[in-house]
Amino acid sequence: MTIDSGSARALTGPLAEAQEFGDSLRKDFPILQRVLHDGKPLVYLDNAATSQKPRQVLDALNAYYERHNANVHRGVHVLAEEATALYEGARDKVAAFINAPSRDEVIFTKNASESLNLVANMLGWADEPYKVDADAEIVITEMEHHSNIVPWQLLSQRTGAKLKWFGLTDEGRLDLSNLDELINEKTKIVSFTLVSNLMGTVNPVEAIVRRAQAVGALVLIDASQAAPHMVLDVQALEADFVAFTGHKMLAPTGIGVLWGRQELLEDLPPFLGGGEMIETVTMGSSTYAPAPHKFEAGTPPIAQAVGLGAAIDYLSAIGMERIAAHEHAITEYAVERLLEIPDLRIIGPRSAVDRGAAISFVLGDIHPHDVGQVLDEQGIAVRVGHHCARPVCLRYGIPATTRASFYLYSTPADVDALVDGLHHVRNFFG
Amino acid sequence: MKLDSMYQEIILDHYRNPHGKGLRDGDAEVHHVNPTCGDEITLRVRLDGSTVADISYESQGCSISQASASVLNDLVVGKTVGEGQLIQEAFLELMQSKGQGEGDEEVLEDAVAFAGVSKYPARVKCALLSWMAWKDATAQALAQHPAVND
Repeated sequence: MTIDSGSARALTGPLAEAQEFGDSLRKDFPILQRVLHDGKPLVYLDNAATSQKPRQVLDALNAYYERHNANVHRGVHVLAEEATALYEGARDKVAAFINAPSRDEVIFTKNASESLNLVANMLGWADEPYKVDADAEIVITEMEHHSNIVPWQLLSQRTGAKLKWFGLTDEGRLDLSNLDELINEKTKIVSFTLVSNLMGTVNPVEAIVRRAQAVGALVLIDASQAAPHMVLDVQALEADFVAFTGHKMLAPTGIGVLWGRQELLEDLPPFLGGGEMIETVTMGSSTYAPAPHKFEAGTPPIAQAVGLGAAIDYLSAIGMERIAAHEHAITEYAVERLLEIPDLRIIGPRSAVDRGAAISFVLGDIHPHDVGQVLDEQGIAVRVGHHCARPVCLRYGIPATTRASFYLYSTPADVDALVDGLHHVRNFFG
Repeated sequence: MKLDSMYQEIILDHYRNPHGKGLRDGDAEVHHVNPTCGDEITLRVRLDGSTVADISYESQGCSISQASASVLNDLVVGKTVGEGQLIQEAFLELMQSKGQGEGDEEVLEDAVAFAGVSKYPARVKCALLSWMAWKDATAQALAQHPAVND
């Protein structure tokens, strides 16, 4: 891609390198070659919603269906064995990718929402000491995606447990000033996002985990916006559960992951019942398979797991540290350039320090829907609305935001296109 | 250019200078939201016999939803409830036309400018938000005064 932006700066140093890096990957993503409307090249800046898929992942999906398709863990024929090996091979890849101590700690789900709901339901049905009941407290934060709010509201309504949350500072960070009060001896579970999907804030895991450990509370980390973008080491995080989804990290939709500590997965009850999750069944009762199968009732998303394995191969070949460094350079440039636009207000950290590659903003009093529509006309895809994190919008007194989010194939030229597009929006509604 | 078919000058004028905005006395009040984008409107209807005496509203949302509420106020205030319902049905039909309808200018006046919006499925709800709120509020106002429901 050439830099055709009127306002583009001459790229030097790290930015020139970032341009070259992004450009070198784009050939793997067929969809990024699309031209929209009147010959406008697609500028895809909606990566926090979902990522595009490289040829390598699409090929793995095709190869699975063309050569190996069968149900897993059943039957003794060649295809069944191949499909099982591919599906379980994907589990090995995930385990290595997140540095899990054991592959049996990796549960496949359909998305991060299901992973989060699974933990909420395990705890709702658990015996002591994990049981969440009317005397228990649940702690989340005001910056959670709805998928890490609503399951806890449901659990709270069903058990009588009290739901509490960390507030936010004006700068878009967690307000930890009442950490010791919020997380106390009554707290059974603390569930929070590693990276905010709306503001891009990277949260201070260690402080929260230390406090939770001190009071004996479990910790669940929503890594949906982290796993695609940075090194994710579940042992270093010291959490009890980590949830994320495949489609934001180059894999197909329909595959998510819940990692959990082995002894917890052994102790906690299953949620969905069905085939695959049992050991023996009589008409009176059943015994359950060991984890992870205990939590994978029914035919799993096999092809999607294989696709996730291929996505992990692709990301690992590049290296997550390299990807994180690239996105940091893009984000730093984007924050700097966005702040040049009159009336533009970033919702969240106004620097690239401890922040991911999603940037939300409001542009004067122009509604985000109108911003998104005029950007779309120029081939620029952003997300507009409340991003399934409405409490954040309420906190900052805004109805919605426009969000641009970057990924490994994003370039400084994409940022320039966005900035030019926003100037056009201002002129259009000015 | 395609964008101009959505953002007609008439729509942008109504967006910049909305008619009848603000809450005044009414017989019924409703609050409608568009959960996908967070657009909201609080709308009141005041009836005088069978005449729509006032439609007042507070709203937040995009240019399309704001302009649409303004046009609603222009078109329906002063008409009978029956006439207002015919206009509402004509507008609904236009918005559901997927870019095929042009709208009857005799009935819809400025609202024919929204014909281009019907090509954008994500935006049709924005255009209809205030009109659905009006329909709901009017039904509630009529329920309170069954005598005028003729």
